[in-house]
Amino acid sequence: MGKDLIQKSLKDSLFTGIIALALFGPIVGLRTVAKNEVLVVEPKWFVVLLIVAFCAVGRFFINIYSYKKEQRRGEPSSLGKVISNFLDEKGAQIAIAAIAFSVIFPFMPFADRYWMDIAIMMMTYIMLGWGLNIVIGLAGLLDLGYVAFYAVGAYSYALFAIHFGWSFWICLPIAGLFAGMFGILLGFPVLRLRGDYLAIVTLAFGEMIRILLLNWYELTKGPDGLTGIPRPSFFGLPFKRYPDEGVETFHTFFGLEYDPMQRIIFLYYLILVLALITNAFTIKIRRLPVGRAWEALREDEIACKSLGVNPRNTKLTAFAIGAMFGGFAGSFFATRQAFISPESFTFIESAIIVAIVVLGGMGSQTGVVLSTIFLIGLIEVFRDFESYRMVAFGGAMVLIMIFRPRGILAKRKPTITMGKHG
Amino acid sequence: MLNINKVETFYGNIQALRGVDVKVNDGEIVALIGSNGAGKSTLLMTISGVNKAATGDILFDSKSIANLPPHDIVNLGISQVPEGRRIFSRLTVEDNLRLGASVNEKGKNFDQDSKQVYDLFPVLKDRLSQRGGTLSGGEQQMLAIGRAMMARPKVLLLDEPSLGIAPKLVNQIFSSIKNINKEKKVTVFLVEQNAKKALELADRGYVLVNGKISLEGKGKDLLNNPDVQAAYLEGGK
Repeated sequence: MGKDLIQKSLKDSLFTGIIALALFGPIVGLRTVAKNEVLVVEPKWFVVLLIVAFCAVGRFFINIYSYKKEQRRGEPSSLGKVISNFLDEKGAQIAIAAIAFSVIFPFMPFADRYWMDIAIMMMTYIMLGWGLNIVIGLAGLLDLGYVAFYAVGAYSYALFAIHFGWSFWICLPIAGLFAGMFGILLGFPVLRLRGDYLAIVTLAFGEMIRILLLNWYELTKGPDGLTGIPRPSFFGLPFKRYPDEGVETFHTFFGLEYDPMQRIIFLYYLILVLALITNAFTIKIRRLPVGRAWEALREDEIACKSLGVNPRNTKLTAFAIGAMFGGFAGSFFATRQAFISPESFTFIESAIIVAIVVLGGMGSQTGVVLSTIFLIGLIEVFRDFESYRMVAFGGAMVLIMIFRPRGILAKRKPTITMGKHG
Repeated sequence: MLNINKVETFYGNIQALRGVDVKVNDGEIVALIGSNGAGKSTLLMTISGVNKAATGDILFDSKSIANLPPHDIVNLGISQVPEGRRIFSRLTVEDNLRLGASVNEKGKNFDQDSKQVYDLFPVLKDRLSQRGGTLSGGEQQMLAIGRAMMARPKVLLLDEPSLGIAPKLVNQIFSSIKNINKEKKVTVFLVEQNAKKALELADRGYVLVNGKISLEGKGKDLLNNPDVQAAYLEGGK
């Protein structure tokens, strides 16, 4: 048995080597270099050899590993399972600890401008992940154009704030409303679609919104973007060193020294609160009839119909509510950046958000947090090696799909339990 | 109570029902038997509004329901237990029941209605927090029937309730169907391949062949009909 396995794995890794050679040979091996103003092909066979050897050896070990895994199937031995069991038992305490840590984070000694910026970015992605989790995780509708709602929220906030001078707290619900309306707009044509077809249409929708923003110059200033988006104020107290005549600022009101960090910390708490609202809302709505209908629709649409669940309204509410949270996150993004352009809302953003939800384990709220920390953290760590960033990103996804094919926290707990029976 | 008049249903270009006439009276158990592909499930799905009748009409309490969407039909009092049970396997038993009550004014009377279901199927009460997919086939069928009962139907449509279930449990399920009809006063329209069991239970029966009703009559008469015996019962072998 063991010998047979090794033989099979060797054969398999040989094939892998051949495929890798065919792929990387021309791409990596033959490089054109300018020499004396002439392009010369410079072979790099050693690098190719390294890559091919890496692929073949890696494939060999994956084979051996997955065979072993098959042998001990059913045993809770893999790391992911240990983590998810641990989270099940201590879930509430960990959540409280995580929230407490998030609250005191800005006052940690190491929390400088750089760390605060990363934390704010992570929080934004966590909020987007939680918002998209409603659509993908609960209702089971694979939406690849979620960034469109993020964009709609950002642009509607920016336009209302610039043209009407309305404050953040008025524009935020309006932005959510607009994004929700776009969610319904997307929802109607895709009601009959499922699976891959739904994914394709939502992807196209995301691109349509971006291209619309790019070309509707009169409204959006196209590729120039919108500048001078008002910063949020602390309930009417602006964060400014030199305020306009007669305007009281945050630091004078509280008798503090002016520090640009005050605004950053305020933004951090703002996104923290918005994200927590998203989470609390999702947890709550899962226990309401509409949330239950979402989960049922994910499981079996025909059964839903025969029980009198209206699939049209159920899907539309999922799209609308998911989009609304995307819109909230978008208006936060706009007020934080003070400048937005269609550049910020490309497909790669949608892909990252979907990756966060899927890698976290669809439907798992904690999984979204873990995979955000992992993915965004990874991108940040590799910031200095710009050109290898996407390689690391792809590699990480492949690894997760090998070891945790259904997400980091794949185990989906029943939403409602009634204590132990029998 | 339920009046099906010359209904024709298509899947694309393929005609599944070729002018079906069926009548179900208040308080009856009516069985529809027929072989694979005769159109039995299509007829139930057409009554429920999941498939639409191309021609003909379906009257419920003398009102046409042929053009209503499925959720309105359930709201009027016609619930279906679909073929293969189609319970939500990753949701709990309780969630499954709550979903069945989703038309019943958003589950206002959940406690009361669920108690009725536990009276019918006591095993469900012990399994409330378990996921639907972990139940046995028979228990899943009980859950599917219980889930449909949560909507307080006047007419219960059952599609092959004996499919893939241990023989011992089949008897139990058929006696619960009788119970639902007699005690709870729910009219039952039953589709079955197990012709003997279905006709023994039913007041009246219909035989569906290639999308058309070929025979109808009292359940006992059909049981003794030589054609029926030859085609659907062991006696014809």
